[in-house]
Parts: sequence; C-alpha cells; structure tokens
Amino acid sequence: MPVNPAGDPEKTRRFREAALPHLDAVYTLARYLLRDPSDAEDAVQECYLRALKHFDGYRGPAMKPWLFAILRNVCRAEFARRASSPTEPIDEANDKAEQPPLWSEAQETVEAQMMQRSDASTIRRLLSALAEPFRETLVLREIQNLSYREIADVAEVPVGTVMSRLARARAMLRSAWLAEQEPTK
Amino acid sequence: MTCDEAEVLLHALIDGELDAGHAREVEDHIATCPHCAKQLAVYREMSKAITAADLSYTAPASLRRRIEATLPEVRKPNRRAVLRGFAMGSAVSAIAASGIVAIVLRSDDEARIKSEIVSAHLRSLQAGHLTDVLSTDQHTVKPWFNGKLDVAPPVVDLTAQGYTLIGGRLDYVDARAVGAIIYRRRLHVINLFVTQTASTEHRSARTETFQGFNIRTWSDGGLNYWAVSDLAADELAEFSDKFQAATRSNASG
Repeated sequence: MPVNPAGDPEKTRRFREAALPHLDAVYTLARYLLRDPSDAEDAVQECYLRALKHFDGYRGPAMKPWLFAILRNVCRAEFARRASSPTEPIDEANDKAEQPPLWSEAQETVEAQMMQRSDASTIRRLLSALAEPFRETLVLREIQNLSYREIADVAEVPVGTVMSRLARARAMLRSAWLAEQEPTK
Repeated sequence: MTCDEAEVLLHALIDGELDAGHAREVEDHIATCPHCAKQLAVYREMSKAITAADLSYTAPASLRRRIEATLPEVRKPNRRAVLRGFAMGSAVSAIAASGIVAIVLRSDDEARIKSEIVSAHLRSLQAGHLTDVLSTDQHTVKPWFNGKLDVAPPVVDLTAQGYTLIGGRLDYVDARAVGAIIYRRRLHVINLFVTQTASTEHRSARTETFQGFNIRTWSDGGLNYWAVSDLAADELAEFSDKFQAATRSNASG
C-alpha cells in the first residue's frame, strides 16, 4: 500500500472527492496558461500536491477557483523559471494595435458567419496567441465560466481590471479572427 | 452614458454581471446608439461561438493516474464508511441547495465586504437607481423580494419612529445577490443590506466607519444586517435599535 503523505486518510478522501472532479478544468487552464501539454501536466500535478497540503486551511466557498488560484501560482513559478526567454512586456494601456476596424453592414454579416463556422482548433489557436493577462481572463470567463468576482480573486486584481481586460481581450480576439478571414490584409 | 463607457460595460451586460440599474443604463444607450448596438451583437455572437465550440481539454489518463496515486483511497471501504460518505455528500449538497453559505469571515474578507457594502451604497445614490420597488408600504416591499432572493428580508415600517421606508432593491455584495431595504431620515438615505448566514447566533450591533460612512452591523435569526448611511453614528444606532425592536415584535406578534 502506498504511503499517504498527508497521513490522514479521512482528509485525503475528502480532498479527493472535492478536488478530483475539477481535474479537467484545472488541466484546461494549465494548457492555456502554459501553452505546452507536458508543462501543463507537471503544473497540474504540482497544483494538486500543494492543494492537498493546504486543504486544512481551505474555507471555501468554491473549490474550482481555489484550485485555479493555486495553479496560477504554480504557473507563475514556472514562468519565473523560464525567465531566460522573456515574453514581450504587455502595455495594458495601449489600445491602438487592437482597434477593431470600422463597421459596415456587410462586414457584420460576414463576421457573424465566420464566427459560426470557426472550429474549435481555430479558436483555440487564436485564443492561445493572446497576451497572458487577456488570455487568462478570457479563458476563466468563457471556458471556465467564472464570475468577475471569482476571476478577480484568482488573478489577484480588482474587478474593474477584470472588466477592462475582458473588453480588450474580446477586441483582440475579434481582430485576430478578422485577420484570419482576410490573411492578405 | 458615453460610447467609451458602454464599450466596456456591454461585456458585463453579456456576462450577466450588471446590476439592474447599470444594465438599464447600458440598454438605454444601446437603444439610441447603432454603433454600440452592433458591438453588442458581434460580441454576443462571439461569446456564443466560443461557448459552443467547447474549448476545454481532457486531462490525460496518465496524469489522472499519477495524481490518484498520491491520493490513495481508503482500502476496503466498509458499509459504515460508505454511509458516512453518503451522509456527508448529501449534507454538503443540502447546504448548497439551500443557498446557505457559511460566512467564515477572515479580517480581510470583512474589510472587503465592508468596502463592497459602501460601494453598493454609493452606487445606489449615484446611478439614479435607489429602488427597484418604490413603496412606503411594507406589505408591498416584502413580497417583492419573493423569488429574487433565497431569504425573506424583514421589512418593517418605521415612519412613526422617524425613518421612512422608501422601497427595496436587489444588489450584489461579495458576488451574491442581497436584499437592500431603503429608508430615509430627513435627507439621509439608509441602505439596509440583508444576507443569509449559516449561523443563527445573535450578534449585537456595532458601528464602524468606512470611507466616511457609518456602518452598523448585527446578526439575528440567521440573517446578517448592514445598515449604511451618512447619518451620524448615534442616529444610525437608534435606527438599528428601532428596526430590531420592530422585527422582534413582528415575530412575536
């Protein structure tokens, strides 16, 4: 029989019941945050180890955001480790690059059709290309279905920042989506 | 509302994160602004397309096994252990279903909730959205909350005591719907926020000051109360005393 590192079978059982059902969700977030399947696996495993260790201090309310917050810290550490290959600094105030184009009726129709046609792999690719804070916010909102308050707690930012990031994230995704449609433009 | 404001807030509208007052402001703006109306339509479509595409991943079986290996199941579960597990599961879901959330407040939680309460109070004064139901009749205000909340906030008329009932409103504090009962004392507005708590313990009222507002908070009969106002502390204390006395006499009478 393997040795239980927690030493408390009752606690381990409760943790198992509470945390394991969220494994796919945690793995999904890790995939989007780290953009690499094997890094994501490592991060998720580390996340569950840490979560079990801190399970005594867990006071709710919701297990999923709690696991996300731990995962995010694990990923942060991973980013720090990779610091030799820094990513572009992100200027949240600079909106110019992502301004959506001007509108016309025709364009609106084209856009709606295009969105309905897009398959999961296209959207995944476009989403993965977004800069980190925007990708994270959009994934927590659209895929993980967290409330703004929960996103704010996971990302450790005020709710107002969640709102502005989400607005920008969607604008960026939309531009990328449009660019996809007209690659020559 | 300007287009700049609407362009951020329309996302909150799509996500169902706006209170009734702000939602109405955004909708009013969109009704008169074709540009923002199109933005809303496109982003709503985009959000739908993302949700429909199912972009989640499934954890590899090997990862699941690795994690499970670090969390060994209790071997040979006997009948009693199974029953215990079942009982605990149903207790947890019963708590979830009844909407009771144990508010185990850490001090930073408490500060955050205080700040949210004051923000909700300020919002109610600024947005021209003090009440969802405007009535000085407690028998109109109280039933209005039915079905909107998982609690029935006690609504009492304190006009005779100098605090006029103005109406009720649905608000959000700590990401939860809460009932707000609004009273007026001369020109001062009092927002009384009511939420459910798992504890039925009576906590007597105490007054704190936050951003220049007085907050008087107490717990009674499984409900937490926060009265917020720019009223002087002694008058707010008087209000909470009168309110508690009136709810108690209602309950016994």
